[in-house]
Amino acid sequence: MARTDPGPAESPPPGPGTPPPGPGVPPPGRAAPDTGGRRLPRILHPVAWWIWALALATAVSRTNNPLLLFLVLAVLGYVVTARRTEAPWARGFVYYLYLAATVVAIRVLFRAVFATGITPHDHFLFALPHIPTPDWYAGIQLGGPVSLEALLSAATDGLRLACMLCCIGAANTLANPKRALRVLPGALHELGVAVTVAISVAPQLVQSVRRVARARRLRAGRSKGLTALRGIVVPVLEDALERSLRLAAGMDSRGYGRAGTASRRSRRVTGALMLLGMCGLCAGAYGLLDATAPAFLGLPALGVGALLCVGGLRTGGRRVTRTTYRPDPWRLPEWAVAGTGVLSALLLFANIGYDAAELNPSIYPLSWPTLPPVPTLAILLAGTAGFLAPPPTEPRAVPARRTEKAATT
Amino acid sequence: MITFEQVSVRYDDTDRPALRDVDLTVEEGELCLVVGHTGVGKSTLLGTVNGLVPHFTGGTLYGRVTVDGRDTAHHPPRELADVVGVVGQDPLDGFVTDTVEEELAYTMEQLAIAPHVMRKRVEETLDLLGLADLRRRALYELSGGQQQRVAIGAVLTAHPRVLVLDEPTSALDPSAAEEVLAAVTRLVHDLGVTVLMAEHRLERVVQYADRVLHLPGDGRVVDGPPAEIFRTSSIAPPIVDLGRAAGWSPLPLSIRDARRAAAPLRGRLAGQPPPPAAAPRGAGRAAEALLKARGVTVSYQGVPAVREVGLDLRGGQVTALMGRNGSGKSSLLWALQGSGPRTSGTVEVAAAADGKAPGDPHTMAPALARRAVGLVPQTPSDLLYLESVQQELAQADRESAAAGPGAGTARALLDRLAPGIDGATHPRDLSEGQKLALVLAIQLSAAPRVLLLDEPTRGLDYRAKTELIRIVGTLAGEGRAVVIATHDVEFVARAADRVVVMAQGDVVADGPTRDVIVASPVFAPQTAKILAPLPFLTVDQVTTALDRLATGPAGPGSGADA
Repeated sequence: MARTDPGPAESPPPGPGTPPPGPGVPPPGRAAPDTGGRRLPRILHPVAWWIWALALATAVSRTNNPLLLFLVLAVLGYVVTARRTEAPWARGFVYYLYLAATVVAIRVLFRAVFATGITPHDHFLFALPHIPTPDWYAGIQLGGPVSLEALLSAATDGLRLACMLCCIGAANTLANPKRALRVLPGALHELGVAVTVAISVAPQLVQSVRRVARARRLRAGRSKGLTALRGIVVPVLEDALERSLRLAAGMDSRGYGRAGTASRRSRRVTGALMLLGMCGLCAGAYGLLDATAPAFLGLPALGVGALLCVGGLRTGGRRVTRTTYRPDPWRLPEWAVAGTGVLSALLLFANIGYDAAELNPSIYPLSWPTLPPVPTLAILLAGTAGFLAPPPTEPRAVPARRTEKAATT
Repeated sequence: MITFEQVSVRYDDTDRPALRDVDLTVEEGELCLVVGHTGVGKSTLLGTVNGLVPHFTGGTLYGRVTVDGRDTAHHPPRELADVVGVVGQDPLDGFVTDTVEEELAYTMEQLAIAPHVMRKRVEETLDLLGLADLRRRALYELSGGQQQRVAIGAVLTAHPRVLVLDEPTSALDPSAAEEVLAAVTRLVHDLGVTVLMAEHRLERVVQYADRVLHLPGDGRVVDGPPAEIFRTSSIAPPIVDLGRAAGWSPLPLSIRDARRAAAPLRGRLAGQPPPPAAAPRGAGRAAEALLKARGVTVSYQGVPAVREVGLDLRGGQVTALMGRNGSGKSSLLWALQGSGPRTSGTVEVAAAADGKAPGDPHTMAPALARRAVGLVPQTPSDLLYLESVQQELAQADRESAAAGPGAGTARALLDRLAPGIDGATHPRDLSEGQKLALVLAIQLSAAPRVLLLDEPTRGLDYRAKTELIRIVGTLAGEGRAVVIATHDVEFVARAADRVVVMAQGDVVADGPTRDVIVASPVFAPQTAKILAPLPFLTVDQVTTALDRLATGPAGPGSGADA
């Protein structure tokens, strides 16, 4: 429905005093002023997608209810199919689904193998041969009887983790990673660029592996075993190394990493601030999550750590002076998408209008999970991002190639 | 603009300096051409201009290089980014972002230029280089010429005073190269940008140059106006060779000037039958077709790259396969060899006297297919993975022995193709020409009767090309069928008997070199353009004809510049 083609019919006539075109405008000729209208195709701010996805992941962490978890997966699937682009990174969601399935499978398998015993009330399923472990290893039992309850609890646990993974996957699919890296503070610029280079070199690596593997047939080289591997790995790595060096030289001559007002001292101060801040953040997170930790480790440590980090980023950011071409705007759709995500997380944490037990249905005794209305609504609310976000721009080349194909076949 | 004062560069692991006592000044708005054979220090010279040498490459720089008043010793490349823009050989290597517009803005972002200025400059640059229609396109989708123009645009947006181009057209087909060179000359004439450019295929650029820096190979740099430098330099485009042979003075550098000067020469050569352009093949010239292809089609995901091509390759014949980038040349060669995909059609290799059965190389075992048809891929180094030339050759002998008795050892072949390569050398340290010879020797060790070369002339200088022409001639003389995919018209004129031109996967022309090449204004070599309508293709033909005139019954000629 929302995936209409960005044809000229959709573009309103340019009005007087229109702002300069924002990202996602079609090329001149079919000029469309970016008036912030929801239906104009444009790319949503990557941070909005990340907030949405992380909030949803937080919401997921609250529940063990398989029905709710499957609902989250459905919502993710809908939003991704509705709002992803044709770019290479946008085709990766299916791999996250595979990864999620693997996580669940591993979880269940481990629970079956490293059995924790069985109580008389459990539903007995099957028994694995028991492997005796030496005395000093007595804590862990290998094999033995496996109950339905154990497997189900492992599966729901795994499913929760899988859902969180898929949330991250959705963010990666929906937001352009290179644009997302731009919002990194100046001090982390180097890190951002390293990731950028890695992202650029990876597809080239795949290409050169294909090329070299094909070339091996020319020498009638063996296609299996260590020698074959060497015949492929050596040329590919040499190629990649040369490419990276040339890219690095190119970036250097194009002014990447120009020193601002940095001195050796300010760089050391930045480093110290960041390190201390990170320690503070870790200690704070530990204090918050572990109820037995002393009180000062909680919020205070977190606060101090955050402050130190901000300070470090500030001083570090001063040494890199750069500007951004066409920064992504933050408008109503961004607020809406981020808002729905945060709202659904809040609803799941608020315990209003439903019984908290419904979020984590009991396994002992075994009962069919119910679908509590408020959390269901909260998750469906997150799904509205699928039409709250503007449709993404279609890359020019894709329709062109399709017509070319149609013409030639 | 650029001053070199007593500059010498020495890399740590070498015994002699790459550059020695260079003293020169490049004025503002000059287009300076840097010429010399492979490995004489052209890239080093260009690298010193923006400080990549020695800041990035290592080595020691003696003396002083100043650009726009800044000493490169104290300014690393990134601090010179607003003064010097550098464009390399392969534009894809230097791209940092995904789309044309973002790439154009990247340098400016690094220089912290205000956003509204960036907007304006991006628009200007898009117009200046004719890229406006491509602004939102992904970089990897563009053609080579477009990519190279984006790469130039990406450094231009920073408004540099100096542009350094290291072989900007070496990966491009003739029309894409014209496109890039036209953009460069426009920059020089309209904006007064100082350009320093290294280029192997001089015939494309020599007419635009204001000055030539010649590196004879001993680390020195000789500079002067083009007509003067080329009078004596060891490296010269065909137009200069022709001018020297005919004794024209001043030396013409553009086709227009040369045609004016050539009127008397054309008069003298009229009626002379041109001697054959390629070396005579001797007894190997068999009429038998060694490889027959019928209706070969190759498609990738439904998009045809090669469409129903029929081709007969005869023994003793050198065929040049031409056409713009992406016209299906490589796909056709790979399909003929059998290692690449083939959607439909047949390829049949003829039976040979030594018991090789006729058959389709695609269905043969790789070892047998290799004995039937040899292919040298576009990046020859893809085939090399061992530590020394000796090991590679020994491995080649083993591989060929597995398929039956070979035609001599790879080492003997290599010594014939390129004598004097030390067996202990690492293959990566060889020059492009030597690498090509090594891979050629490896492939020839299987004694294929059909040999396919995919763009072997890329990155070769004039000397290496002459070597390659000799090698190809010898191979054809032994009765093999040789196919060379290339963009290089001058090379084709000298080496090939037959030219096949492809466009969008179709064969659009197929015939003797002379007929195909002279008929097209884009493809014609310089000699043909100068002497048209006379059917001369190469300078060698002209000199042979002149010699014949001089010693012929008509008596000694009245001097070349009559």
